[in-house]
Amino acid sequence: MVDRIEVTPRDFSLAGEYAALLAHASDAGGIVLFVGRVRPDDADNPVVALELEHYPAMTEQALHQLVAEARKRWTLEAVTVWHRVGRIAVGEQIVLVAVAAGHRDEAYQASRFLIDKLKTTAPFWKKEHRADGTCGWVEAKASDGRAASGWD
Amino acid sequence: MITVLFFAQLRETLGCEQLELEASNILTVAQLQSQLQTRGENWQKALGDERVLVAVNQSMAKPDTPVGDGDEVALFPPVTGG
Repeated sequence: MVDRIEVTPRDFSLAGEYAALLAHASDAGGIVLFVGRVRPDDADNPVVALELEHYPAMTEQALHQLVAEARKRWTLEAVTVWHRVGRIAVGEQIVLVAVAAGHRDEAYQASRFLIDKLKTTAPFWKKEHRADGTCGWVEAKASDGRAASGWD
Repeated sequence: MITVLFFAQLRETLGCEQLELEASNILTVAQLQSQLQTRGENWQKALGDERVLVAVNQSMAKPDTPVGDGDEVALFPPVTGG
């Protein structure tokens, strides 16, 4: 049972993280890898980069807590949550949630739970920088709130 | 003393990243928020927003969560990671 939590400006290698996950989950029959990326959002005035702010003293602890909650609900072999902070250009990876479990059902459900809860409880904030030079904080989405409370 | 931290747009709106408060008149998160709101119109409005989240010593807190000397209290807008 190994959890890997990374909060860092560095990007991740999906192949590298998959190999690292498997190293701790040799018997896993189902693995789900979720990657979130920076999207342009609006074709007329696209996002060129995001700035990810976080609360360093709390972030990793909040992610560990989420993984612990997921482990109470499902039997999981190994979990990786990698979240980048700082400036991230459009098209780049922001977040990885990787779950290895015995079967696909646990892996899919735990993966969805982790990303839904991360979006509403982990202390990260996004600021968007647009092509026209403007920037602004991203508003929390009601749909994200509903997705997360669906697990309660 | 109580250390108070502000993040994201709350930090920008208030023009304040961190401050120290005398702990003697503060027992709960709600009392801390009320005291901060007396610092000006800007503070009253920004901290009166019911969406503002609070963490005490890095754990999510509620209005009646106790606060005391040596605690770290963080106030921030709804989170938008992922």
